[in-house]
Formats: sequence, structure tokens, C-alpha cells
Amino acid sequence: MSAIDIRNLDVWFGHGADRSDAVRDVSFQVADGESFGLVGESGSGKSTILRAIAGLVPTWSGQMTVAGEALGARRSKAFYRKVQMVFQDPYASLHPRQTVDRVLSEAMALHGVQDIDTRIGRLLDDVGLGPGFRFRYPHQLSGGQRQRVAIARALACDPAIVLLDEPTSALDVSVQAEILNLLTDLRQEHKLTYVMVSHDLGVVGHLCERIGVMQEGRFVEVLAVDDMRRQKAREPYTRHLLESSINSIR
Amino acid sequence: MTQAPLLDVENLWVRFQTRTGVFDAVRGVSFTLGRERLGIVGESGSGKSMTGRAVLRLIRPPGMIEADRLEVHGEDILTAPEKRMRQLRGGRVSMIMQDPKFSLNPVMTVGQQLVEALRAHEPVSRGEARKRALEMLDEVAIRDPARVLDLYPHEVSGGMGQRIMIAMMLLPNPEILIADEPTSALDVSVQLQVLDIMDKLVRDRGMGLMFISHDLNLVAKFCDRIAIMYAGRIVETCKAGELRNAQHPYTLGLLNSVPDLEHPRARLEVLKRDPAWREAPSVSART
Amino acid sequence: MTTSQGLRQWLLSEEPTSRRQARFAAWYKGWLTFRSNTLAMLGLMVLAILILAAIFAPLLATQDPFTQDLGQRLLAPGEGNHLFGTDSLGRDIYSRLLYGARISLYIVALVVMVAPVVGLIVGTVAGYAGGWIDVLLMRITDIFLAFPRLILALAFVAALGAGIENAVLAISLTAWPPYARIARAETLTIRNSDYIHAIKLQGAGPLRIVTRHIWPLCISSLVIRVTLDMAGIILTAAGLGFLGLGAQPPSPEWGAMISEGRKYILDSWWVATIPGIAIFAISLAFNLLGDGLRDVLDPKEGN
Repeated sequence: MSAIDIRNLDVWFGHGADRSDAVRDVSFQVADGESFGLVGESGSGKSTILRAIAGLVPTWSGQMTVAGEALGARRSKAFYRKVQMVFQDPYASLHPRQTVDRVLSEAMALHGVQDIDTRIGRLLDDVGLGPGFRFRYPHQLSGGQRQRVAIARALACDPAIVLLDEPTSALDVSVQAEILNLLTDLRQEHKLTYVMVSHDLGVVGHLCERIGVMQEGRFVEVLAVDDMRRQKAREPYTRHLLESSINSIR
Repeated sequence: MTQAPLLDVENLWVRFQTRTGVFDAVRGVSFTLGRERLGIVGESGSGKSMTGRAVLRLIRPPGMIEADRLEVHGEDILTAPEKRMRQLRGGRVSMIMQDPKFSLNPVMTVGQQLVEALRAHEPVSRGEARKRALEMLDEVAIRDPARVLDLYPHEVSGGMGQRIMIAMMLLPNPEILIADEPTSALDVSVQLQVLDIMDKLVRDRGMGLMFISHDLNLVAKFCDRIAIMYAGRIVETCKAGELRNAQHPYTLGLLNSVPDLEHPRARLEVLKRDPAWREAPSVSART
Repeated sequence: MTTSQGLRQWLLSEEPTSRRQARFAAWYKGWLTFRSNTLAMLGLMVLAILILAAIFAPLLATQDPFTQDLGQRLLAPGEGNHLFGTDSLGRDIYSRLLYGARISLYIVALVVMVAPVVGLIVGTVAGYAGGWIDVLLMRITDIFLAFPRLILALAFVAALGAGIENAVLAISLTAWPPYARIARAETLTIRNSDYIHAIKLQGAGPLRIVTRHIWPLCISSLVIRVTLDMAGIILTAAGLGFLGLGAQPPSPEWGAMISEGRKYILDSWWVATIPGIAIFAISLAFNLLGDGLRDVLDPKEGN
């Protein structure tokens, strides 16, 4: 059974003459335990797909079935126990006035988790932060540490699916490596399904098995990362993306 | 490279007074810049941007700049009056920032801004300035420059915005260009195009380029020399072509922690920061 | 000294070990920032003196503020044993000033309990809910904003009857719209931030999001605004008093005192001037305090 099944998804913003279509007729499936990447340039609609799945964009049409639940206009509480999201900017995704402890305990309390105190300790260990970080405010943390807290928050209710919206693009490369390793480990330990958005083919190639290449709201091509590596992309746009990202590191 | 360097910096410190004491953002950095392309690489907080800003004395109080020598073309910058600094900034030394969205004035057309930028440094007529602006836009590979002159910044794409910034900064014919993460806000495919344009202009005009970036590979591609900064100091310098032979564990760590599309690894190498790096004296990047 | 050193270290620790320590540390750091602003400290000191004066008015006053002595009327400051002189009924201005501080603080406290709270609720609800609720609440706000404050307050007082409580009510009713506007503007930026999205993804409902996540961020800018407005509130109260619609004689409210003194302004300047200076000092003190609080409470303090 696939964890995520999206069919003919359209997402738009505004209405009437101001309407702009961000995603047009996108369909894809993600298997249980798979890691699927969405790649494209800025404005291609890749993040919008994640937001539509998470229920942050109300204006969409099509069919979305996630974790066995057909999605409507509203998301149930049970949905949020199964699906969680990590945002791009670790500086914007933590409430500036709340300690790590408050962020995590509120998430757990909302999901009705028992035994919050010991679980927070374990969660912080899981994401590689010691107990010393528990009562800090976001401004006392570095970007990488904040992103670890955001990941811990996403994992607070033991979800099955994690949506990753450019989780490392705001971080230094060495910190990016740490976070990517962490995501790899967590995926193994918790049997997670990932959908990751990134503009960086290297990052997506590292974490994902299959990718969907997007341009102007549409899927250009869906291909396996191995095929991409072997330069087996069919579409010229995919090849163009590949070339520019390989050229920039040579 | 026998003539005096365009930029001569010796033992540069940038200090901030904070509640808990003095914080040194840049700690005794020395380098020179000739008619060449010097890359300054480091992670956030390494002091690379502060170094770039200090050269233009763009550090706001409570920040303080100290140096044994800070000269642009033999002229002392440390003690120059603010009036002279304004002539230098944008005149002899130009700076390109990361995001064109924040560097262009949203309520002026591109043309007005280009003309202003030029007229601030040269006594030319508006018509003449407009002509030069058109030529300059043409040089940064903007099609139909006459139309672009009348656009507002929000009407141009990120890549075009950054090319306009480059045009604006190069209009008064500066000798030194400081580019602080000029393409980090752009998509990969546009990134290379913008850098190619910048590179060509800098080389054709025999300017000195100080390219500040977090991306070691990108810098290696577009520079002659590289200085790698860590915790406010330069830990290693090398010729761009010899980056593969870099010695310092920090440089190696940076190189190896990038996920490589062509050579996948199950785990990425993680940088183990040695406290000794912080204490080791700064390596001089003077030539 | 060692315990205070230890306390300081405990407060400035980068690794707090309990919720309590983290909260106290955040407060302490705010206090340190505030303390480094000399003018704000000056404002705080003036207000502290005022509050103490109001509390200990019976001890500090040299005379009963209501006792009239027509033989002693209009004495200049320093004459007899009247520090600030006497008014037209021979009452000691110094003592009246002290008791007047009680009234001013009473007005301030009441207004603070009503206006920003109403504004916060209206503004955040409008901003977060959006749609027709937003339109409705904001148009109501606009209607209140469209009237000059003093005129509207006058109308309310005229309808409700003169007196301090009604003056306070009138001021509060006219003072909340700006707070609603600020709270709404803040809410509009906050509600689209990732940390609000994140808590939504934890299944939090609108009530929880507004009260526990948006309010704490709006409150700081409201507190700043309130302290800056305090001067205006005191002046409006004084204005109502001056017009005879606020505190009623013989109550020693500062505005009413100026009003009484205006008849003698040419011969006996002190009767109107001294309460005027008091109003000026307290208004300035609140402004300075607000400026200092802005440095401390600005949510964008970030790193």
C-alpha cells in the first residue's frame, strides 16, 4: 500500500483575475518507507505540494490519500499524528518566546502522549541534543540545533510520514551533513516515509530513491535517483538541472 | 603582479562590545588583493562577511575595526574621514550583497537607480548616464535593456535583479569588487550564468575581486586564490587549482561534507571541530 | 557578595536546568538591557517615586488636602509652610498634588485594564479569523477611530454623567481602537509564520493558537504602546477634569486643579503651573519608560 497517493492535484492562490496556479495536474505515489524527492527551481510549486498535503493551503482540487485517509478540506487530529512536517527556515519555525521544553511538551500534550517528561529527554537524545538544551530559548541555539529541535517536534507524536521542506538549505554544509545523517538514521529507526523538497540535487540524491522534477507547477518527469546518476534522464529540463548542479561543483 | 596591491590588509580585527564581554568577529586577518580573484570561504559566523564589510568600513557601532594596515591603493582607510569613505564606496570599491530584493530601492525604476549610482561618483549628464547604463545592462547580458531601465525592481526576476546589481556596481568603474554571497539567493541554473557574467567583466576590466561565499566548490571555480576562514581567522590559503591538495582538516571537512550527486555515500562525513583550530594563529594571505 | 555572584551566574547560565530558571534568566537579561538605557531608568525612577508618593500620601502630606483656609489663600510657593503655595481656597497645593497622584494612577490602572485588553482580543480575533469577522470588527474599529478622542469621551461622559469612573470608561472606550489595529497587524504577520503552521500541524485549535502563541508576541508591542500612550491618557483625563467632566471638585485631580488655577494664572502662576509640571513629568516618565521597554521587548531581538 502506498503511504501517499496524489492524483490530479491542482493548487492555486487567489481567485478570479488574480488567480495564479501554483501546481497543475500533479500525480504521484510514495510507497511505505520510501523517500521521495521533489526538485525544481524557486516558484516551481514544489513546496506548495507539501503545504497542500499538510493542510496549510485550502485552495486545491484533486484526490489526495495519505496514510490510508482520503483528505478533504479539513485535516483530522488523527491525520496529524501520522503526518508531520519540518520547515525550511529554522529561524522562523520556532516560537521566539518558547523554550525547547515548552515546544516539545505542547506538541506531546496535544497528541495526548503520556509520560511527557521522560519522552522529551529521549526525543532530545534521538535528535542528538543533550538534556542541556531542554530549557533554552531559540535565540540561544545555532541554526543546526534549531533544526534538530524542529525535527524533534515533528517526531514528538511518532508519525509515519514526515514532509521535509528544504530542511537543510538554510544551514552550512557541515551542519547540513549532520542533519542529513540524522534524517537517514531516524528514518531507519522509526521506519519513516519521507517526502523531501529541495533545490539541491545533491541533497535529494543523497536522501531519496525517486524524484519528481517540477517546472512551473507541473511534473516534468519522475525518475529513480540511480537513473538520474547514470544520466538517464529523458527530459531536457532534467538534464539541464543536472548539468548546472554538477558544473557548479566542478 | 609587481605593482602595489589594490587592497592591503594586515592584522584586521573586528570587535563587538557585548554584555558578556568583547566578542571578536574577525581576529587578526591579513591579506592582499591585486588584480586577481580572491575567494574568502567560511561557514556562517566565520567572520567572512565582516571582513568584507570592514574593508569598506561598513561596521556599525558598537562594532569596532582595528588593523595594523588597511589600505586601498595605498590610501589609508582606517583614518579616512567619512566623506572620503563615501567617495570610495561605490567609486573605487563596490560591493554586491546577497539578495537583490533588499539591495535595490523598490520605489525607483532600475534606470533611475543606475543613473543615480553613476552620477553620485561622476559629473555626467543624465543623458550620458542613461547611455552608459544601457551599455552596462547590455554587458551583463540583459536583453532589451531599454525596456528593463523602466522596470521597477519587483518586476524583474532574481537572476536579472542580481545582474542589474552587478551593472550598477560596475558603472562607476571601480577597481575592486567585493561580492558577498552574490548568488546564494538564486537558483542553481541562474547562479552559474550570473557568476560567468561577473567573472568576465571583472577579468576584462582588470579589477580585483573579493568573492565571499560559503560554497568552497563554487569559489574554487571562479577564483585564483582562496582563503578559508574559521572562527575569525584564516586557517588556510591556497591556489584555487590546488584545492584538492588542501591540508587543513577544516578545509577537507568542508569539501567532504557536501553530498556528491555522482558518488553517493551512505553517510556523509561530519566535521569534527578541533578547539585547536580556533587558537592557531591566522595564516597570512598576503602575496 | 558570593550569593549574589552565584545568583547572577545562575541567571546568566547558557544551560538552564529548569523551566523556572529559563524564565527568570530571560527576565533578568531583559532587565539588564533595560538598565543600560539611562533615560528609561530615569522614567522608571520618576514613576516609582510617584507610586510611592501616592501610597504614602497621608504620611507625606503636610496638610489635609481638603481643608480650606481662606486667610491663607494664594500664598506663593515657600510662603508659610506651604512648599508649593496654596490655591484660591487656601488649600496646600503640595498635599493636593500627592493625593492627586492617587487619582491619576487610579485612572491609569483602570484604563490599562480595559483598553489594551479589548484591543488585543478584537485585533487578534480579527487578524486570525480573517474573512467577514475581520471586516466587521475592523469597520467597528474604524468608526471609533474616526472621532477625535476627547470629543468622543466628552459625548460618553455627557451621556453617562460626570465623574472619575465614567471618565475612565469613556477614555477606555475611545482608546482601544489603536491597540486593536496594532494587534491585528501583528497577528497578520505572525499567523503566516512557520511556527504557527507547525503548531497547527500538531492539531492545535484556533483558540489555543491565538491565546498561547499569538498573544504573547502581541502583548509586548501593546505594552510598549500603552506606556507611550499613558501620557495621552493622563492628559485626556486631565482634559476632562479641566472641562469639569472628570473628577469633581473638591477632588484634587491634577486636571481639575489646573482648571481651578486658570482664573488666577496671571497673578498666582503656581496654582495652575505646579499640577501642570506634575502632569508633564509623569507623561515624560511614561514615554521614557516605553522607549526603554521597546528595546527589551522587541520580539525581533532574535539572537
